[in-house]
Amino acid sequence: MNKITSIDDLRKIKQLLESQLRLREKSDDPESLVQIKVAMATCGLAAGARTVMNTLMEKTADEKLPIVITQTGCMGYCHAEPTVEVRLPGEEPVVFGRVDAKRAVDIIEKYIKRGELLDDIIPQNYERI
Amino acid sequence: MYPVWRLLRKVQVRSHTGRLTPPIHNMKITIDNKTINVADGLTVYEAAKQVGIAIPRLCYMNMETLGIENKPAGCRICVVEIEGRRNLAPSCATLCADGMKIRTHSPRVLNARKTVLELLLSDHPKDCLICPKAGRCELQTLAIYLGIRQIYPVENAEVSTYRKDQSPSIIRDMDKCVLCRRCETVCNTVQTVGALSGVNRGFMAVVAPAFEQDLQHSPCTFCGQCVAVCPTGALTEVDHTVRVVRALADPAKTVVVQTAPAVRAALGEEFGLPAGSLVTGKMVAALRQIGFDYVFDTDFAADLTIMEEGAELLDRLRRMLAGDKEAKLPILTSCCPAWVNFFEQNYPDMLDVPSTARSPQQMFGAVAKTVLADKLGIDRNDLVVVSIMPCLAKKYECQRDEFKVDGNPDVDVALSTRELARLIKEANIRFNDLPDDEFDAPMGESTGASVIFGTTGGVIEAATRTAYELFTGRQLEQVDFHELRGLDGVRTASVDFNGTPIHIGIAHQLGNARKLLDGVRDGRYHFHAIEIMACPGGCIGGGGQPLHLGDAGIIKARRQALYREDAQKLIRKSHENPSVQQLYNEFLDHPLSEKAHRLLHTCYFDKSNRH
Amino acid sequence: MAPFNMHLLVCGGTGCRASQSAKIVERLRAALSENGLEGDAQVVTTGCFGFCEQGPIVKIIPDNTFYIRVTPDDAAEIVAEHVLKGRKVARLLYTDPQDKARVSDSKHMGFYRKQIRIALRNCGFIDPENINEYIARDGYEALGRVLSAYTPHAAIETVKRSGLRGRGGGGFPTGLKWEIARARQADQKYVVCNADEGDPGAFMDRSILEGDPHSILEAMTICGYCIGATKGLVYIRAEYPLAIHRLQVAIAQAREYGLLGADILGAGFDFDIELRYGAGAFVCGEETALIRSMEGRRGEPSVKPPFPAESGYWGKPTNVNNVETFANIPVLFLKGPEWFAGIGSAGSKGTKVFALAGKINNVGLIEVPMGITLREVIFEIGGGIKDGKRFKAVQTGGPSGGCLTEKHLDTPIDFDSLLAAGSMMGSGGMIVMDEDDCMVSIAKFYLEFTVDESCGKCAPCRIGNKRLYEVLRKITLGHGTADDLDYLRNVSAVIKDTALCGLGQTSPNPVLSTLEHFRQEYEAHVFDRKCPAGQCKALTHYFILPEKCTGCTACARVCAVNAIVGERRQAHSILQNKCIRCGACFEKCKFEAIQAG
Repeated sequence: MNKITSIDDLRKIKQLLESQLRLREKSDDPESLVQIKVAMATCGLAAGARTVMNTLMEKTADEKLPIVITQTGCMGYCHAEPTVEVRLPGEEPVVFGRVDAKRAVDIIEKYIKRGELLDDIIPQNYERI
Repeated sequence: MYPVWRLLRKVQVRSHTGRLTPPIHNMKITIDNKTINVADGLTVYEAAKQVGIAIPRLCYMNMETLGIENKPAGCRICVVEIEGRRNLAPSCATLCADGMKIRTHSPRVLNARKTVLELLLSDHPKDCLICPKAGRCELQTLAIYLGIRQIYPVENAEVSTYRKDQSPSIIRDMDKCVLCRRCETVCNTVQTVGALSGVNRGFMAVVAPAFEQDLQHSPCTFCGQCVAVCPTGALTEVDHTVRVVRALADPAKTVVVQTAPAVRAALGEEFGLPAGSLVTGKMVAALRQIGFDYVFDTDFAADLTIMEEGAELLDRLRRMLAGDKEAKLPILTSCCPAWVNFFEQNYPDMLDVPSTARSPQQMFGAVAKTVLADKLGIDRNDLVVVSIMPCLAKKYECQRDEFKVDGNPDVDVALSTRELARLIKEANIRFNDLPDDEFDAPMGESTGASVIFGTTGGVIEAATRTAYELFTGRQLEQVDFHELRGLDGVRTASVDFNGTPIHIGIAHQLGNARKLLDGVRDGRYHFHAIEIMACPGGCIGGGGQPLHLGDAGIIKARRQALYREDAQKLIRKSHENPSVQQLYNEFLDHPLSEKAHRLLHTCYFDKSNRH
Repeated sequence: MAPFNMHLLVCGGTGCRASQSAKIVERLRAALSENGLEGDAQVVTTGCFGFCEQGPIVKIIPDNTFYIRVTPDDAAEIVAEHVLKGRKVARLLYTDPQDKARVSDSKHMGFYRKQIRIALRNCGFIDPENINEYIARDGYEALGRVLSAYTPHAAIETVKRSGLRGRGGGGFPTGLKWEIARARQADQKYVVCNADEGDPGAFMDRSILEGDPHSILEAMTICGYCIGATKGLVYIRAEYPLAIHRLQVAIAQAREYGLLGADILGAGFDFDIELRYGAGAFVCGEETALIRSMEGRRGEPSVKPPFPAESGYWGKPTNVNNVETFANIPVLFLKGPEWFAGIGSAGSKGTKVFALAGKINNVGLIEVPMGITLREVIFEIGGGIKDGKRFKAVQTGGPSGGCLTEKHLDTPIDFDSLLAAGSMMGSGGMIVMDEDDCMVSIAKFYLEFTVDESCGKCAPCRIGNKRLYEVLRKITLGHGTADDLDYLRNVSAVIKDTALCGLGQTSPNPVLSTLEHFRQEYEAHVFDRKCPAGQCKALTHYFILPEKCTGCTACARVCAVNAIVGERRQAHSILQNKCIRCGACFEKCKFEAIQAG
């Protein structure tokens, strides 16, 4: 480890380390954040869910967006994998089907940032505990 | 009227350097409706004393001129009410502050004091009838003063009890300990011996050697200063009066007694005489009346000690001046058995520094059991040598193996001054009415030099008187060496031996001795001779003396008495003692002779691993 | 490296570790790697979450799922269900005691709802053995600001403006304490962190040291800068091995980063910290006793003045603050003294951590704003009294606090209100008693503790407390007299008035407060020879209600001394002269036919 020799040094290191804890900071109040769930069961992974996940994570981290992303199991929409569920604060969740890297960016840019709906929304939903 | 300047003197406070600094009267306080000006740094207890208000106390003890202060504020007897404070405050440890309003005997204070004392008594044995401290016990005095008539009967109340511990000199009966911590302060802070400290916690808290070992297996030097300050019967001397009575009652035994110099200056206190009364003649008369066959004086042996120690000093000095690298200087006095214990434990690397001369008690014993026994034509086993000592370590010293011949000790029993007083009372002797009597010859003859052995600086002054004359071959014009006298813990002086300056160091109390010795060990100090006494003021403040109850004035008065006796003596130099001269002529040949070495010298042991 | 998209926080506090939380971490890691998820999810050992009653706790981030009473065997299921499939494991969720609903987010639990976590901000959030996580949470930022932008005087002013008072029990204004220590001239000064937590059941200091050790190091360094000390010492009890370990790790890491040592953050200020171990004596929490103990001497208090700020460790000016006090310092600088002073009540600013214990549903560690009422703490955060029993008393301030009753429930919890009510803040113990607790026995219990923990230096504490205990014992044995009650009152008052240190002065509080608020219970013991709560065995009589007894003989069979007689299927009865009041029959009876009274 290098010595931290000034307050600027300390702050630089903090900036680097911050992202490690951002997830925990955000989860303190998940309801106030946008929650994205990527279905990453076998069907999802086979259809490219990993790429979708990585794209979402990177974009969120780069732009420091108030979004938490988790993986989830099979949502039962295997025909439309990879599926992504997005819950805006205070709203009902919306599930997007057939998401790829480009659509993933669209989801953030259009739906999350501007509230525009995209195609291929899977209407059904269910309650969860 | 009491002169105001004397009041001023009393409130002088000791600064950190130990020097007396003039008091600054800059605060106004009110004690029991009396408003007075007091100096900065004064405690409430001292301020109250100034205006004649006596606040009872138990743990607090302050012998200011000797630098002995015990102020743990643990007994809570001296508590007072201070306006504006939530709780009562211990007056001994509470400094006066400007505008303070104090009540020393308010109902709240009285109730607290009585309740706390009752609590103390509830955890104290009630065997006052057979307690060695009965009548001299500060706890008892307090119980009488505060009029405690009943201790609330708590069902199955526990009383803290501890294993009794008897060493050659001291009995520890900690059931009677009130945790005043005076012994601990004396043992650690004053003597730097470190044998006693608080152990256990809560109700079982007690002062004891580490791991509650026996005192005998602790670093204890048996100086007895803990006994001298104990307010109760928790620490007392081992009582050997019964042994003496039995020896006296045995027709087969010849019993001789020797009395140490410091005893005569303190014994009178036990019979109500003022401190500093010299009772040499009455003491001799009492001893004779008790039934001792011969009443001798340890002072005789003190003169003998000077002959040997002085010769040793001169021998080492001459060798050193002649360039002998082997010559060890300084020479340290070795009369004090607690001091001997102390250096055997703490300075094992310096065992060749002290004089090898035995203490006067042991020189006396050795001469008595050989020369005297021979003269009287009796077996040494039938001669009982009793010594009266101001000291408790002497009880230990006479039991040391070096001082025995075929298991028979040179000195059979060492009694303290207090034990002698008890013996005199038991024998129904009206001490104060006794006519003065004289010591027996030949071992009763002594000089002024030997008398001052009992005070700090006395041994070295006696040695200087003799060494000067022997070294220079000239007669001393002025026998008194005032530069060697005083009560400061560490003193130094230079005496001109006809062009050769002799540097002398003096310390009393082992803590001061340690300072001096550490300085010698690491080369900071260069002395030719050092005198060390373990007790405050020397033997006059010994652990076997009548209790001073924390009054340093008593020690001073005893000291003055010894110098008075010295001044009255016709012969004031040890080498001029005719009986001593006779002893050399008839038996010992000369100081440091082979015979003298066998009888009058000893050796020391490394006891640093004893604990 | 892409950040983890999931964090599994596992409590590594002493309590949860005792319930195998280290093994849970191990199993979680194994399950993650079995499923190829090492790169996605991270398992973090954190400090205490506070809800110790429900431990071990595992918290899943980002959806903030709070799993309770997790066993190592649950690890595989958590990974398979929650991590992999996003389905919460319902059986490991907390059940609300009121509406029996499953609650997954700790925020919605009564236990956490009213808490504000300042001192405990990082506990259960970061890995205490990773300085990077502390730095990521603005760690050492406060130190950096103080060293670069504050004079010591200005920094002390900031602490003073915040109104922070010592959390160790005394409630002395922290800023003022620092100012006094700063004012002394000396070649060496010391900063001491008092981590000799000794109140039975209180463990906030331990939790902070285990969960967020760097905050203490940072605060001590700030304090050192303020008062002009270059040496810090943490006096910690040797019975806190985990806290010691975490401190050691933290000190090593801070030294490696240069955040301890010479020329910290290039500001030309040197400071280093060492540990000193206590052997576990309650009284060593008293600062003068603590200092003596650090010097290797017998741990016992000495008269103040001189205060440690004047003459402390080896006679040098020494500032002693408690762990929780220090834990507040960095936040106070980050968020500003005004923000801090905005929390709490008029005379007591900020929050206080309490260890909730006793007959309460939610036992654990909580941090609440000063001024919150006892009722809110006990009934909302604490979830009320266990088994639906009636609240009887609450004891605050550790063993030497006082017992407060129903009428005090709306007392705001702060230094002055508690003192006025006859108790004290202490270091934050809070023990709740219900109708089954005998207040005489409670007082006796606390006295037993203080008798054990008294150093024995002063007579009133050493002997007085012992006698109080013995008289209380006598009363619980049914031998009490009216004089005993007077004796208790007088001796208690005198101990309070004359004892040397805080321990002694407060030790009679349980006696005095129960005598005041539950006098009738004492009188019942003394005059009626009855223990209303049925706790004092010697005073309890068991008898059988014939109308309820079915004659099943179960009681007669369990009775060791054959004191129960009766025919099968007929009402039984107890021979009082034979009964030894062991209570076995009472426990055994299924029909509530046996009554105690």
